[in-house]
Amino acid sequence: MMNIRRRIAMVVLAFLAFAIAVIVVAPMVGSTSISLSKAFGRSVDWNENVDAQIFFVARLPRVLSGALVGAALAAAGVVLQALLRNPLATPFTLGVSAGAALGAMVAIAIGLDVGWFGVSSVPIASFAGSLVAIGIVYALATSQRRGLSTNVLLLAGVTLNSFFSALILFVQYVSDFTQSVRAVRWLMGDLDVGGYSSIVAALPMLLAAFGVFAFLPRTLNLLTLGEDVAAARGVDVMSAQRWAFFSASLATGAAVSLGGPIGFIGIVVPHLVRLMIGSDHRIVLPAAALFGAAFTVLCDLTARTIMAPLELPVGIITALIGGPFFLWLLVKRS
Amino acid sequence: MSFRARATPGRRPSLFLDGPTLLWADNVSFRYSTAAPLVVNEVTVRLNDGTLTGILGPNGSGKTTLLRLLSGTRRPTAGRVHLDDRALDRMSRREAARHIAVVPQETELAFEYTAIEIVLMGRHPHLGLFTVEGPADIELAQQAMAATGTAHLADRPFHQLSGGEKQRVVIAAALAQSPRLLLLDEPTASLDLGYQLEVSALLQRLNLEQGVTLAISTHDLNLAAAICRDLIMMRDGRVIATGATTDVLTPENVRRLYDVEADVHVHGDTGHMTVVPVRRLP
Repeated sequence: MMNIRRRIAMVVLAFLAFAIAVIVVAPMVGSTSISLSKAFGRSVDWNENVDAQIFFVARLPRVLSGALVGAALAAAGVVLQALLRNPLATPFTLGVSAGAALGAMVAIAIGLDVGWFGVSSVPIASFAGSLVAIGIVYALATSQRRGLSTNVLLLAGVTLNSFFSALILFVQYVSDFTQSVRAVRWLMGDLDVGGYSSIVAALPMLLAAFGVFAFLPRTLNLLTLGEDVAAARGVDVMSAQRWAFFSASLATGAAVSLGGPIGFIGIVVPHLVRLMIGSDHRIVLPAAALFGAAFTVLCDLTARTIMAPLELPVGIITALIGGPFFLWLLVKRS
Repeated sequence: MSFRARATPGRRPSLFLDGPTLLWADNVSFRYSTAAPLVVNEVTVRLNDGTLTGILGPNGSGKTTLLRLLSGTRRPTAGRVHLDDRALDRMSRREAARHIAVVPQETELAFEYTAIEIVLMGRHPHLGLFTVEGPADIELAQQAMAATGTAHLADRPFHQLSGGEKQRVVIAAALAQSPRLLLLDEPTASLDLGYQLEVSALLQRLNLEQGVTLAISTHDLNLAAAICRDLIMMRDGRVIATGATTDVLTPENVRRLYDVEADVHVHGDTGHMTVVPVRRLP
């Protein structure tokens, strides 16, 4: 006799254990070897304790933001793929990240260096940019009919992506050299967030998005069968689509404002998870979030150590893994 | 028992004469957008408990849309659908889905599910928000698969199944919903002759043995003649004839529906009817 509850619990617990293990081990590893007993010891004064500074200031925020960004992008990918009924959709398909990038570019170019409560203006501007993109895409997708047209959603997202990219190029063209370099670095996706304040700032948005995700899985299963079938099975399609769209977009916007547009996590992780455990979103969604956290932290670990002492932006590693993976998926599907 | 021997139209009471009304569409009209023409135009139909009704009509006559209105997945632009004595549009989707299930023409999956996963999704309207299917739900799903002859396919990936197997799994999912009314949109349209017979025999069995009320839209006049006791004939969004199959499946009505001249034969012993199209009228 099959026991679905038990299967969900077992798989999610296994992924949880893996994610925790990675998150615990990652800050201990890096280009400089540190002594944990020294880092956690109180015998040495904080200002003198280099091991503690490396652990708590350089590495831990990076690992934590990697875990949050990875979990958010992977889960948002799962939700959007189900919403659009398209396994090749990513959290960036709907233009949210392009909006966020434009916001960040403008903030960098204007040289806005005011911050609120220790959070720099760039993540705030990028989050605002993502909200603008979400608003535009949603308005377009709901303008033609009472429901949410997933076709229009997809087209509007793709169009918005290239339009915002043009604006980003324009902003970069008119900005000076230092600003350009900073902008390009931001666009690569980098988890070197330099402290805890931006993590704390992104946390409420991420928690809100994950709170909504918790209600979605069985509905997502049905949405992947098509709107009519979902409605006939008792899903309030319009409302489900709205919740899915806004929660996934919010998670994406918050994740991008924290770590930049780190590519491919939102498609590689959901697909790896589906290959391992099937398509039931009650398992896929939590497992992808946990695996996304672990995957991103591991990619970032690679980024910080592979060319040590040089620390690469994590986006380069995820793209190097994700690009070929995406092509393999395309070939496999056709 | 052969398929033809099962076919006994007219033996049970007809549309407007028998038991309590399960679903009643009262003068419903529908357009997909404000500028578009009416796809369903002032249609009144009654589906009584325990009946098996066919909906016939040419392409674009509004059959699929009518089924959507009857299932409550679309709201009529005018008029109202009643389930028992309650307005369908006042019920939540969840509540309506506990009474009415739908089998679409074709089911295309974006992701890979096994057959049993698809069938278990039928339990959705009966489960709480965070409730997971328990032993009773799994039992119901397995019964539905047994009833549709798909029990052996339970763990197979849905997309690897043949057209007929897919259709029967989707019907099993609809049955797992424990509906009183099952609406099917051209359930045999994409199937070869063997599967057509298999599915139509299954539908008839569900109706006779499990007491499920069914409405089927179809282009297959002989299927309708074989298993439907009542017919609703639609053209250009309007109902042009309705009643017992034996009464309304006439050459005259076939001509009005399709502009096709047809012979309708009634076979003496079984009461079985066949329709042979002869030629298209100008």
